[in-house]
Amino acid sequence: MWAFIGRPEALHEWFPTTATRVEGDKRWVTLPSGIVFEEQIVLVDNDLRRFQYSIIGNPLITQHLGTIDVIPITDRSCIVVYSTNIDPEVLGLAIGAAAGDGLRTLQEKFGKA
Amino acid sequence: MPRRILFITTDQQRYDALGCNGGRVARTPAVDELAREGIRYTRAIPSNVVCMPSRSTMLTGQHVATHGVWMNGVALPVDAPSIAMDLWRNGYRTALIGKAHFEPFLDPFALFTENSLATLGEETVYRETVDGRLEPHRGFEHLELATHNGMGPLHYAKWLRENHPEAIGMLYPILNAQLQVNEAGGGDTGAPQVKHNPMPREWYHTDWVADRAVSWIDKQNTDDDWFCWVSFPDPHHAWDPPMSELHRVNWRDLDLPEGWVDDPVERERILASKPAHWLGWYHGTFVSNYEAPAKWIPSTLTADQVREVNAMVHIQNELVDEAVARIIATLRAKGWYDDVDVVFTTDHGEFQGDFGLLFKGPYHVDSLMRLPLIWRPAPSRTKVAPTTVDTPVGLVSLAATFAEIAGLRRPSYTEAERLPLSDSEANALGHQRVLTEWDSVLFGKIVSLRTITRGSWVCTATLPGTVHDGTDGELYNLADDPLQHVNLWHDPSHRAVRDDLLDDMWRNLPTASAPRRACDAPV
Repeated sequence: MWAFIGRPEALHEWFPTTATRVEGDKRWVTLPSGIVFEEQIVLVDNDLRRFQYSIIGNPLITQHLGTIDVIPITDRSCIVVYSTNIDPEVLGLAIGAAAGDGLRTLQEKFGKA
Repeated sequence: MPRRILFITTDQQRYDALGCNGGRVARTPAVDELAREGIRYTRAIPSNVVCMPSRSTMLTGQHVATHGVWMNGVALPVDAPSIAMDLWRNGYRTALIGKAHFEPFLDPFALFTENSLATLGEETVYRETVDGRLEPHRGFEHLELATHNGMGPLHYAKWLRENHPEAIGMLYPILNAQLQVNEAGGGDTGAPQVKHNPMPREWYHTDWVADRAVSWIDKQNTDDDWFCWVSFPDPHHAWDPPMSELHRVNWRDLDLPEGWVDDPVERERILASKPAHWLGWYHGTFVSNYEAPAKWIPSTLTADQVREVNAMVHIQNELVDEAVARIIATLRAKGWYDDVDVVFTTDHGEFQGDFGLLFKGPYHVDSLMRLPLIWRPAPSRTKVAPTTVDTPVGLVSLAATFAEIAGLRRPSYTEAERLPLSDSEANALGHQRVLTEWDSVLFGKIVSLRTITRGSWVCTATLPGTVHDGTDGELYNLADDPLQHVNLWHDPSHRAVRDDLLDDMWRNLPTASAPRRACDAPV
């Protein structure tokens, strides 16, 4: 799971986005609505299995930090936790909905434990 | 003879908006004529006082607890029951033109079908059933969607961008830079959500909805059965009708509404007699929901602002009525009018100055709960003496009513009988009570209300939440207190009637499925 999620360029393979481009520690994500988010990749920690990113350069979004944790349960199962801090806060609901969609995709792709 | 159903809804329209209901300002001759020819319901009540839950009730015939759209931002599942689907399966041509709002509007990830149709250029999407049949989205084979502004992915906004891009900024920006409901004032008085809109009337969403409805009706064959839901986004805020129409109502000439309490001391006394979220919102200390500007404080509302907001609403109501007249004229020109059942209603009401408040929220009083509802049965099929029905009825009865018109058995998923044709039939059909629910959890503020309307009584229980411990509530006798200024909840002499109403409500309210579905957006 971490080998899949931990690749910043693979976001569109599981999250409801249409395209992903990565250059260094920057990522550009295209949403189905056509909106493009520019993101700073904050952390890719293969030991903690934690990925963190921040939406930047968006006049609407004054603060953002997204965190994805893959927490091992057994050798064959894990919990994926997606959390977001964002201002404006109401966008948290929309990102939460997208995250739910993405997590369901992961569940279908990797199967339940 | 084909069966045709024209279902017309407005958004956020008060009972007294219409001339037939006693309104004395806006001229609404088209809808008034429907009332003269049919049944006018004097106490029609929604299952919820915001858009998505109320509209979901119209489509499903279910209470909020059952369909599960417990607040704005919670999507109605695409496989939820739908009376439009039943009609489509029985050969009806089906369309929804205007505001749907079964799915959240704020949808940057384009998760929801209704936000994708205009971009896809599709009339609908078809999904495969478990037995391999293809069925259109919620039973509608044609959707052309609009809301109150020119932004976003819906058909009206796309049409505006492609044909009149200069008009995009003419409409009031409903959300501010923080994506909160905009508190910015405009017009002559600085009232929130008011704007002088230079847009030509022909580009305004009310006329666009009528244009698209006429176009769809024109394409139907003479022998087609059809169900057309025409859903006007007005008179919901923003209050920005085209400036060319402002001459219709001069706000300076308007009387203040009967529900406005002029003396601030008396106003606060009345609000303080209600559960704490009323006065908390009035003072801006308890903003619990997204349906009003978070940064606007109702106690700052002036009498002139109330007049101006009301003038704007009256103008919007007149434009809707003229749009209805155009659609009816199309039916007459085609020789179909006498074969069409017409149902007119709205999803919820609006304060418009009552109690010193605007907008809506967790407030179960007539301002938000008493709605216009008219059913003009097709004269060629149903001989009905024009009448009024005073028995409380719910919008939860609409789905069963459409089934009845179509000659179908009442769908098993519906939770209420069809609308009655008279008060005596209301009793026979079992229209004994109407139930209304509210739940909101935004901004860390949890408010839950459950309300029963029975006879002349309206009784609201608060559930434990951020400001309520579940012991407070409201009890009004509409016969003696039509403005709901006297809360009898704590009056010992009314304890028995209160407890009887609550017992009736809890026995009849469906149990909500758990866990509740996720809220995916604020609206």
